[in-house]
Amino acid sequence: MLAIILGFQLAGEVISRALDLSLPGPVVGLVGLVGACILRPAVAEAIRPAATGLLSHLSLFFVPAGVGIVAHWDLLRMHGIGLTAALMASTVFAIAAGAWAFTLVARLTGTEEPQALKDLGHE
Amino acid sequence: MSDPVLIWSYLSQGPLLWLTATLVAYLAGDAAFRAAGRASWANPVLLAVMLLALLLWATGTNYATYFEGAQFVHFMLGPATVALALPLYDNLPRVRRAALPMLAGLLAGSSVAVLSALAVARAFGIQGPVLASMAPKSTTAPVAIGIAEKLGGQPTLTAALVLLTGIFGAIVVTPLLNMLKVRDWRARGFAVGVAAHGIGTARAFQVNATAGAFSGIGMGLNAVLTAIIAPLALHLFGG
Repeated sequence: MLAIILGFQLAGEVISRALDLSLPGPVVGLVGLVGACILRPAVAEAIRPAATGLLSHLSLFFVPAGVGIVAHWDLLRMHGIGLTAALMASTVFAIAAGAWAFTLVARLTGTEEPQALKDLGHE
Repeated sequence: MSDPVLIWSYLSQGPLLWLTATLVAYLAGDAAFRAAGRASWANPVLLAVMLLALLLWATGTNYATYFEGAQFVHFMLGPATVALALPLYDNLPRVRRAALPMLAGLLAGSSVAVLSALAVARAFGIQGPVLASMAPKSTTAPVAIGIAEKLGGQPTLTAALVLLTGIFGAIVVTPLLNMLKVRDWRARGFAVGVAAHGIGTARAFQVNATAGAFSGIGMGLNAVLTAIIAPLALHLFGG
């Protein structure tokens, strides 16, 4: 049910603002909803259709904000090369570092999952 | 028949036109993405944004007018973030098991994202408010804007940098991690969630459910950690 999801978002916004947290309301709502699902597994089944629907169109919801890049085009162009280089380099480094650290520690702690491996043979 | 100019001036006042345009642009972007065999370069967000940008330019519409219609779509980002609770709950035993690898991936990904962005930007002579706007660009937009404001950055510039980072991360992640031979879906998803927030997470869900679940967690955890790391890193680079 969408009402449950919106309810947790609302609660998250209230808590985030009341306690002046650096986490935004929806993230607080996410944590609260996971907690509710653990306490009452029926909650997970109640939200499943709505949540699955929302997540299958996650890309769509970024489009309006993405168009905002155009609105800030002059600002971006002013520092064009430096910003582009910093953005691209740091994103590549961060993905590589994060994935590498994850797999290294998974190997060291013996928490690898053979069934969760991508088959690179068919690329 | 009415004058087309009158019809246009009526439509350009209300939210219907740009709400419809946003949905149609996304459908077109998604269709192109599927036609391209779900290749990462054909990112549906990027394609839809480019289509709409062209349309706004061609019709002389400003962003504020566009956003009046598109805000209904934008609003759904909040509930969609809350909905990430479901894949997280479904994967809870696996998430618990992967606590240590996630901690390592978070510390490495988050600190490399902030430090390397500041180091490269600094090398290009960027400083002051623009450098501060750069620091939180790997976190989800509302958190990044909050951090940038506290650091003396420009919130609107941060928002644009966050979105560009997300789109670039979503495009680059598959070829990059294939090249580095990272096969663990958990690691692939988690890393892109940390480095490229929700747009990276959307990409992860397109490819693999496990990657999507771990990507959502990576995004959430990085929002917390960047709030701590960004001010320290900016201090280090004399922002």
